[in-house]
Amino acid sequence: MAFFNFFKRKKTEDSKSFRQSERGLLVFENTSEVIRAENILKAEGRAVRVMGPPPEIRTGCDLVIEFPLMDSLNIMRLLRNKDLSPLQVAPVTSPLLEPVGLFQTTDFGRYLMVRAANMKLTIDKETQVIVNVSGGGCPDVPYLASVLVGKTLAESPKPRELGHTLCGYALDLAYNEMRKKCLL
Amino acid sequence: MLAIVGTVPDPNIPVLMGEATMEFQQVAVAGRRFPINRGTPALLAAAIQVCRVLGEPLPVAFLVGDIGLGDGSRRLYRFLTEKIGLTTFDVIAFHYLQPDVDWHNRVLFTIEEMAKRPVLIADAGFMYAAKMSGEAAAYDLFTPDIGELTFLADEEAPHPFYTRGFIIHKENEVEELIARAYRFRNAAKYLLVKGNRDYIAFDNGILNIVDHPGAEAMEAIGGTGDTLTGIVAALVNSRMNVGDASTKAAKINRIAGVYAMPTPATQIAEIIEQIPGAIKKII
Repeated sequence: MAFFNFFKRKKTEDSKSFRQSERGLLVFENTSEVIRAENILKAEGRAVRVMGPPPEIRTGCDLVIEFPLMDSLNIMRLLRNKDLSPLQVAPVTSPLLEPVGLFQTTDFGRYLMVRAANMKLTIDKETQVIVNVSGGGCPDVPYLASVLVGKTLAESPKPRELGHTLCGYALDLAYNEMRKKCLL
Repeated sequence: MLAIVGTVPDPNIPVLMGEATMEFQQVAVAGRRFPINRGTPALLAAAIQVCRVLGEPLPVAFLVGDIGLGDGSRRLYRFLTEKIGLTTFDVIAFHYLQPDVDWHNRVLFTIEEMAKRPVLIADAGFMYAAKMSGEAAAYDLFTPDIGELTFLADEEAPHPFYTRGFIIHKENEVEELIARAYRFRNAAKYLLVKGNRDYIAFDNGILNIVDHPGAEAMEAIGGTGDTLTGIVAALVNSRMNVGDASTKAAKINRIAGVYAMPTPATQIAEIIEQIPGAIKKII
């Protein structure tokens, strides 16, 4: 049985590294460009994911786009057509960090708060007006808050359209989760 | 003297340095005024309130405009590496700056060459960079919320956005998260963890827990963490030790919140107005 498990484990590890070698990553100048590229590629139905960069290229507030290497030419063409060029294209050689995927919801009665990572978005349940944005540490948070607070979920711009950082991206996740809870 | 370093959400603001005052219910620095909705202006407004009540000199602000592209933050980082070494601040509080490990390290190295090392407080983006650089222990105080504490406790996360799920699931185990942050040297000498219960901790354990008066709605109000950092920075600057200042700041922030009779829709300026009354209750 132990003999069998040894081969089973090895096969799994080999499969994982094989899968990684089929994936590449796109590195951009800043998070805004990553968000723009993600919007372009997802709108075209490409199988891409926003992930954390490997340690050797981290600066502090970064995202990269993971994509199938087989689709490189098409992806580069799509981005070029929208005047977007990655700084670097590289194969994925080690596991990438995954963005937070868990949400916490607090019900204050009339108000509902959703948190994603370090960002919190609160609405008035009766009017669906965004009454507060809190948390976060990147400089676009106060700017996003000033734009979002006072608007309804339906009329407010999406944080990803205005944000430039991981905090802005996390706020977008909280915003989408809130929309799911309130508008469905 | 207290220095406060941060950003304002206006890309047209150049690097500013000057005494921070209140004018027409806005924060004024170097001839410009900023609304105190949240962020560094809220931190400054809270610190100004404390300095006024205690009769201390007003804080000096180092500000720049940045809406998240990081360009303003980098200009401010550069300015700090050129100027901060020439100053004699007793306390420096770093706040909303684009996390950038390289620039963070240059600023820290400059500070470490100062003749008298100031007390260093970090919150928000600068705290993220301090943790990611591996230099957290060089700081005297971090002021994370629960989400940021899980990030400090995750030795692999470079930003709260990447905190691993198995650590996020421990959110109700604050003391364990604090211990983990210290175990991996990702905490400052003191932590002031803000939340439903505020924890004041150091590397030997929990120094204090402040959980009253309770104001659950404050978690939703943007800027309550900023005011807490501003209050504690001003108290430390008044020659209070960091642990005592953290405990008193937590109480003052809560009392100011309760005095404002908050709901999750309350705006931070309403709480800042109540800080003088809250200080008189505690000090």
